[in-house]
Amino acid sequence: MSDRPLPTIYPETQFYWDGARDGKLLLQSCPSCDKAYFPPRPFCPTCGSRDVVVSEASGKGRLYSYIINHLPAPGYEPPFTVAVVMLDEGVKMVANILECPADPQALILDMPLEVTFEQRGEIAVPQFKPAGDAA
Amino acid sequence: MSRASIAIVGAAETTRMGKVPELSQTGLHADAALNAMADCGLTPADIDGVATGGHDVAEIIQYLGITPTWYDGTSVGGCSFITLVRHAAAAIESGLCRTVLITHGESGRSNNRSHRPIFPSMQQQEFESIYGPLFPPSRFTLPVMRKMKDDGLTEEQLAMVAVVQREWAAHHPRATMRDPITVDDVLNSKMIAWPFRLLMCCLVSDGGGALILTSAERAGDFPTKPVYLRGMGGESAEGPMISQMESFTSSKAFRVSGKMAFDSAGITHSDVDHLMIYDAFAHLPVYGLEDLGFVKPGEGGAFVAEGHTRPGGALPLNTNGGGLSYMHSGMYGMYALQEGVRQMRGVSPAQVPDAKLSVVHGVGGMFSAAATAVLTTEDRW
Repeated sequence: MSDRPLPTIYPETQFYWDGARDGKLLLQSCPSCDKAYFPPRPFCPTCGSRDVVVSEASGKGRLYSYIINHLPAPGYEPPFTVAVVMLDEGVKMVANILECPADPQALILDMPLEVTFEQRGEIAVPQFKPAGDAA
Repeated sequence: MSRASIAIVGAAETTRMGKVPELSQTGLHADAALNAMADCGLTPADIDGVATGGHDVAEIIQYLGITPTWYDGTSVGGCSFITLVRHAAAAIESGLCRTVLITHGESGRSNNRSHRPIFPSMQQQEFESIYGPLFPPSRFTLPVMRKMKDDGLTEEQLAMVAVVQREWAAHHPRATMRDPITVDDVLNSKMIAWPFRLLMCCLVSDGGGALILTSAERAGDFPTKPVYLRGMGGESAEGPMISQMESFTSSKAFRVSGKMAFDSAGITHSDVDHLMIYDAFAHLPVYGLEDLGFVKPGEGGAFVAEGHTRPGGALPLNTNGGGLSYMHSGMYGMYALQEGVRQMRGVSPAQVPDAKLSVVHGVGGMFSAAATAVLTTEDRW
C-alpha cells in the first residue's frame, strides 16, 4: 500500500496528520458556533472566527454515500470503495471502507463505521471500517 | 414592458468536433472564434472584449490579434462560458467594451495542450484524491447513492437519461453517438464507478465554440437573427470538494444560480420552451430539473423516465444529445449555449417548434460551480 498517494501537507493541516500518526482523528470546531468542521483550516467556516479548538473525534460515523471505483489509481486494485463518511460530529469526509468487500450487498447506506488508520510510509491515513458491534 | 439590452449576434462551433488531432487547444479556440466572427461578418479588429475559461485569455487575445479594452478569464470548469455570458453582458452594459468574443477550445481527446483546464484544488487533493477518486467518473458520482436512498432515484431512471438524450442526438448530424440505445444497453455497459456505467458517463472529445455578444440596439447591424439575453442570468459556487456539498440530494450552487436567472428574467417555468442542463453524467439533469424548480425535489428521475424531456415531450431537454451523446470536450458549457442559440435562431436539427425561450444551465467542476442563462427570440417582453 505504500505506493498509494500521499497527501501534500501544508502548515495549516500539519496537526491533523500529526494526530493521525498518533492514532487520533482530530477535528477542529468553533466554540461560539458549537460546530465541528472539515477539512482543517485555522478559522470557522461558518462565522469566520479564528478562535477555534482542536479535539479528538469520536471516530464513529456512518456510511453516507459511496461509489465502487473500477478506474485505476496508484496503489489500489480496482474495484475499490470510495465512500463519504458522516461522522457523529456532523462532518463529512472521504475514506475507503476497509475490511469490507467492494460490493453493494456489503455496503449498506447508514451502516455504522469506525475510524482506523492506514500506514503509507511515514504517514498514517484516516480510514473507516464497519464498526465492531455491527460485525 | 422590458427591453433586451444584450444580444448574441455570432455563434459557431469548431469546423470539426470529436477527434481533431490536427489542431492544438489554442487552434481549436481560434477555429471556433473565426467561425463565429464569419457568422456575423466581423474580423478581429471589430472585437474589443475577449473572454475564455480554462485557457489563458491573454494567449487567445494575442493569437487572434485582438486589442481588447476588457477581458475575463473566469475558470470554474465547464459552466465558465455561461458565467462569461453574464459577465460580458455586465461589461457591455457598463460601457467597458462593445463587442465581446467568448471562446472555448479543448483538446480533451487528443490532448494537444500544455495544461488541464481546471485548477487543481489543494484541499481536494489532500483530503479526497488520496483515497483514489482521481477522475471525474469516481468523484462527480459520489453523492448519488445518497440521493438514490433518500429520494428513490433508480438505476433505471439514470439509464433513461442516457436513452432519451440519445433520441435527441439521432437528429443531430454532428452528434458523436446517434444510434438508439435501451435501458438494458446502458445497464449492461461497462461498469465505471458503481452505480455508473459507461453509457451514463460523458464522451471525451476535441472541439470548441465561440459566441459574439453586443448591445441589443446594435443587433440589427448583423446578418444573423439576434438571440437576446432575458435578464442577467445567474451564477454561484459551492467549491471543489464534492464531499463537502451541503446536501447530497441537491446542489446549492444550482439552486442559487437558477433562482437568480429566473428572477432576473421575470419568468416562470411554464415560460420555458427549451432547456439545456449540462450533463457530464446522467445524474446531472436530474439534479438540474429539481434544483431549477421544474419538478419537486426527488421527482427528477421519474420525470425523465416518464418521457417528459424526450422528443415530443412537454419539456425538451438537451436537444443536441448532451455531453452523453453530442460531444464533451471537458468543459461542455459552450455546447449547451450553442444549442440554445440554434434553438432560438430556429435552426437546430432537433428544432423545438415555435421555441421562444431557452434556459441554459451548467455545472462547473464537480458540483463546484454553476451558471444559468436565459435566451430568447424576443427583444421586449
